[in-house]
Amino acid sequence: MATFTRGFSRRGGLERDPRLPPGQYDAGQSWPVLTAEPTPRLDTESWSFTVEGLVRTPTTWSWDEIRALPRSDFTGDIHCVTSWSKLGISFTGVSVDTLLEAAMPLAAAAHVLAYSHTGYTTNFPLPDVTGGRAWVVWEVDGQPLPREHGGPARLVVPHLYFWKSAKWIAGLRLLDHDEPGFWEVRGYHNYADPWLEQRYDGD
Amino acid sequence: MAIRPETATAKTFRLHLPRPSGHLAGQHYVVRLTAPDGYTASRSYSVASAPDESSEIELTVERLPDGEVSTFLADRLRPGDDVDVRGPIGGWFIWPGDVPALLVGGGSGVVPLMAMLRLARRSGTSNLVRMVVSVRSPEDLYYADELPGPETTIVYTRHAPASEARPPGRLTARDLPAPPVGGLTFICGSSSFADAASDLVVGSGTSIADIRIERFSPSGGHCH
Repeated sequence: MATFTRGFSRRGGLERDPRLPPGQYDAGQSWPVLTAEPTPRLDTESWSFTVEGLVRTPTTWSWDEIRALPRSDFTGDIHCVTSWSKLGISFTGVSVDTLLEAAMPLAAAAHVLAYSHTGYTTNFPLPDVTGGRAWVVWEVDGQPLPREHGGPARLVVPHLYFWKSAKWIAGLRLLDHDEPGFWEVRGYHNYADPWLEQRYDGD
Repeated sequence: MAIRPETATAKTFRLHLPRPSGHLAGQHYVVRLTAPDGYTASRSYSVASAPDESSEIELTVERLPDGEVSTFLADRLRPGDDVDVRGPIGGWFIWPGDVPALLVGGGSGVVPLMAMLRLARRSGTSNLVRMVVSVRSPEDLYYADELPGPETTIVYTRHAPASEARPPGRLTARDLPAPPVGGLTFICGSSSFADAASDLVVGSGTSIADIRIERFSPSGGHCH
């Protein structure tokens, strides 16, 4: 946009934190809760996580089983499409690499549809959830993940806008084609790179 | 751009767009402010006006004390100013206009629901809509001259007008009408309001699949 807004300037002339993608602001200590559905009450006794679709060994883990897998941490920044970012947040869980290793993706697998216990879905190219770029997590900053933030466990894919980090994660379905998810069919960007400001369809 | 106050902290901005908005009741626009050095700040605001053929929309904005965009809009923007907007956005929190709907709003969460109520009144389908609005006190009610009517119930949580029989207090199941048969329930407000209201609605027998929630936060709703 060539024009600027009369009278608007950046606050205090502060240097912008280089960790903030364009159009984002630092939410500081707050962590807004934004969900289109009622917050579910999921019982870890009956909770499960599944990798299915184009895999050699479709695999389901119980709560105890997934927590017995090798732990993996992510510490870094997350970016919500509504323009807040949280810098230096830590999640603990398991790398999606570990889960895929067990299920063994077939050569034809090129896309992933993540789905939640609520029915929420979101989609990725397979490479975006491999190579240490995606986690299923149950702790945030050393504490159990709160229900309103997706507990008992959520997906975290921090290099994409945070609607891709599905709360209340139930599984990953590997596909040979792209299948846009809940927000992706409702006007939001299919890939969602915050550094390219891919917020909405057409960005 | 025309501006009018709704409450001590909220204003409605009437925007002239280059073309008809084509929005649906419940959708939002992104307002983007740009500084001379290229710095931008954007937030989402729900459309309060009903869908129509015009090229005008109304956005109601609550001034948040630390809100980078809302304080600018509230304190600095003047009638006639230009701002960049983008929209309409959102394909979930939408009332299509032809099914029964229960609208439950807390505070500023009434804004997208007002677009639905206005649509119903304009199209003569008010019988499809019931609205329950929760506000702290009469001074906090948006659209106070327009909102009250046979479809609407106002619940005061802290201070009620003298004429009000119900003592001030939080929204309870008794404040809610029966779930809309074959319809949708729309809940909008803060995250804590949305959780409390959705618990009440689920408790009244509404299927989770028939509930749509918009949680307002300092940056606007719409996320996961």
